[in-house]
This record gives sequence, structure tokens and C-alpha cells, in this order.
Amino acid sequence: MARIVGGICSSHIPAIGNAIARGLQGDPYWQPFFNGYPPVREWLERVQPDVAIMVYNDHGLNFFLDKMPTFAIGAAPEYQNADEGWGLPTLPPYPGDPALSWHIIESLVNEEFDITSCQEMRVDHAFTVPIALLWPGTQRRVKTVPVAVNTVQHPLPTPNRCLKLGRALGRAIASYPEDLRVVVIGTGGLSHQLDGERAGFINKDFDLECLEKIVNDPQALTKYTIHDLVRLAGTQGVELIMWLVMRGALSARVRQVHRHYHIPVSNTAAGLLLLENAA
Amino acid sequence: MAAKPANVDDIPGTYPYDGKLAQKGYALNKMCYSFNDAANRTEFVRDEDAYCAKFGLSPAQRDAVRERNVLALLSAGGNVYYLAKLAGIFGLGVQDIGAQQTGVTLEAFKAKLKAAGN
Repeated sequence: MARIVGGICSSHIPAIGNAIARGLQGDPYWQPFFNGYPPVREWLERVQPDVAIMVYNDHGLNFFLDKMPTFAIGAAPEYQNADEGWGLPTLPPYPGDPALSWHIIESLVNEEFDITSCQEMRVDHAFTVPIALLWPGTQRRVKTVPVAVNTVQHPLPTPNRCLKLGRALGRAIASYPEDLRVVVIGTGGLSHQLDGERAGFINKDFDLECLEKIVNDPQALTKYTIHDLVRLAGTQGVELIMWLVMRGALSARVRQVHRHYHIPVSNTAAGLLLLENAA
Repeated sequence: MAAKPANVDDIPGTYPYDGKLAQKGYALNKMCYSFNDAANRTEFVRDEDAYCAKFGLSPAQRDAVRERNVLALLSAGGNVYYLAKLAGIFGLGVQDIGAQQTGVTLEAFKAKLKAAGN
């Protein structure tokens, strides 16, 4: 049977992709951020997941406002990255696992989540940057299942709905007959705002609350509406909902293996968490 | 529980991107989405007027593009993720547009972000 070996949350700021492309990991601006990642890479090296479920949000590479699914899941043999328009280098394709994708789609729809299935899906920086951070260089062999959550156009799915989706995702993975080690990765966050006169808004206190609650009491975060999250974490800080999907897929009790938090990367407070299911 | 309208205007300087804005900004965002393709970026640079006309931008949207004015682009229904592709053509990143929207220099904007970590 497939088994969830752990969950990771990571920011996905495009500037990180540029810093990697330019080899700036040791630069004084970047070092405190990149220093957070080696313990997670060592864990991945030890655990060797076969599949990464990538819960992320598309920023206008694959989806336009003509059709905006709330939850979309890739079911392709591979996923292409492509030009996003502002200079991030295009990366080689990522292998998929269509059989697992369809199992997850069938299981989630059976649990009354209305999923958009995608046999072609371009994956943007929110998918590629965390993979580049977690499996640097050319060593990535992990198969992927993209799970895209709408954070572009309101109404967005509520935090409670995202936590429930994650729980159903966890059940879907646990019921897959093949022996697979699966890591669930939620990307985005933490607090940041790109648009409006409040651009540059960061809320350290709220981020620290989220980092703590995601681990020990994710249900507590469902008291917030999307509008609350916009107010407390910024227009793009709502990306916390991807972290809630990840957390839902893990067991009720988890063990925090690693945590890192750094302000700022570009306009964003960057967060990183590695969790394992508690025995 | 009934949905609270997403556009409740109670967060200063913040405009959750809802259906109302999405309708208003459709043409502008569609043009910006086309900039994922390098050939379209080149075509825009070669003849900005013709490119904007092709997508049927409203006068307010056309003016906002001409002025490279991010707050005006937002007010005309632009979505920041698509606008980022337009800004990229002018060599502007998210920190440049942050500085422009908040009316400070790039250095001051970066300093404010850094101070948020203290």
C-alpha cells in the first residue's frame, strides 16, 4: 500500500528560482534563507520518496480567468514548465504518475470533492521552485502529482474546505494498492502582499501563529475566513490554504522534524516546515 | 453560512480580486496572459497601440498601460499575477511595483521589508 512518509511546506517565491539559476545561494542576502533547506534535503535523501504530491497555486501559466477551477489535479505522464513572461529560466519536464493521479481523482470525487482533471498541465514557479530547493541540481527523480488550488480569483476555497480536501487526499493515498513512499508538499506563503497601497505587508506574529498551529492544531486555523487571511497575511498570504491541504493529508498528530522562517525574500516572509506522522 | 462578499472594502490599500474586478479587467488580463509567449512580448514592444487595440482595452486600461501605473491598472481590473507579465516587459519586478504603489524609492521599500523581520 502507498504510505505518506511526511509533509513539507515551503515558500515558492520566483526570486528564489532566479537566485538558484544565478548561483547566489551563498550571497549574504540569500544565505539565511537557503540555510533552512539542508536538513530537509538530508531527510529526503534518507526517506527517498517515490512520489511528491505538489499542492500549489497557478499564477497564470496554465490557467487563465476564462476557466478557473477551484481544485485541479494533473493526470499526465509528465508536466512541462514554460515561460511565465518575466525571465525565470524554463526547467526540464517533471515525471508524473497518471495511475496514482486517477486514483486520487476518483477517490476525491467519490468523497464529493468536485475536481477538474487535467491530462495536460503546465506547472509554474509555485511547483518548480520548491522542487529545485528540495532536490537541487539534476538529482530529482521523484514522480509528481500536481494539485492546483485557486488563489487567483475570489471566491477562493475556505481554509476549512482545504483542510478537509487534505484529509480526503490522505485517505486516497492510503487506499492506493501500490507500495509507494509519498511526500505531500504544500507550497506558498507565508505573509506577503504584492498589490495595492499596502504592498509589502508582512505580519510576523501571524506567521508564527500559523507555523505553530499548522503543526499542533490546524483546525484552529479554520476559524479564519479567506477575508481574514487577506487582512492578516496579505492578498497573497492566503497561500496558507495550500499548507492546510498538506496538513490535512497527514495524521491528526504529527512530529515537527524541521522548521525555518526568514524575512524577507523579495516581498515575502519565507516559511519551511517538515512534518512526519506521529506513531 | 452565507458568503461574505469578497470585495468588502475594509482592508486599506487592499483589493481582493473578485468577480466584479475579473469582469472589468478581462481584456487587460487576457492581453497580459498572452505575454507568456515571447513573440507576443516582442509584438507589444514593436507597436504597443496596435497590440492593445487587438485585445480591446478600455480607454482607462489603455491609459494605465501607457503610464505604467500599477494602481491604475489594478483599478481598471488588472490582476497582479497577469500584470506581473506586463511589468516584466518593462524590466520591473515585484519590488519595483511595490515601491511604485507605495510611493517610495526601491531602497526604502526594501528597507521596510527587511524591518518587518525585526
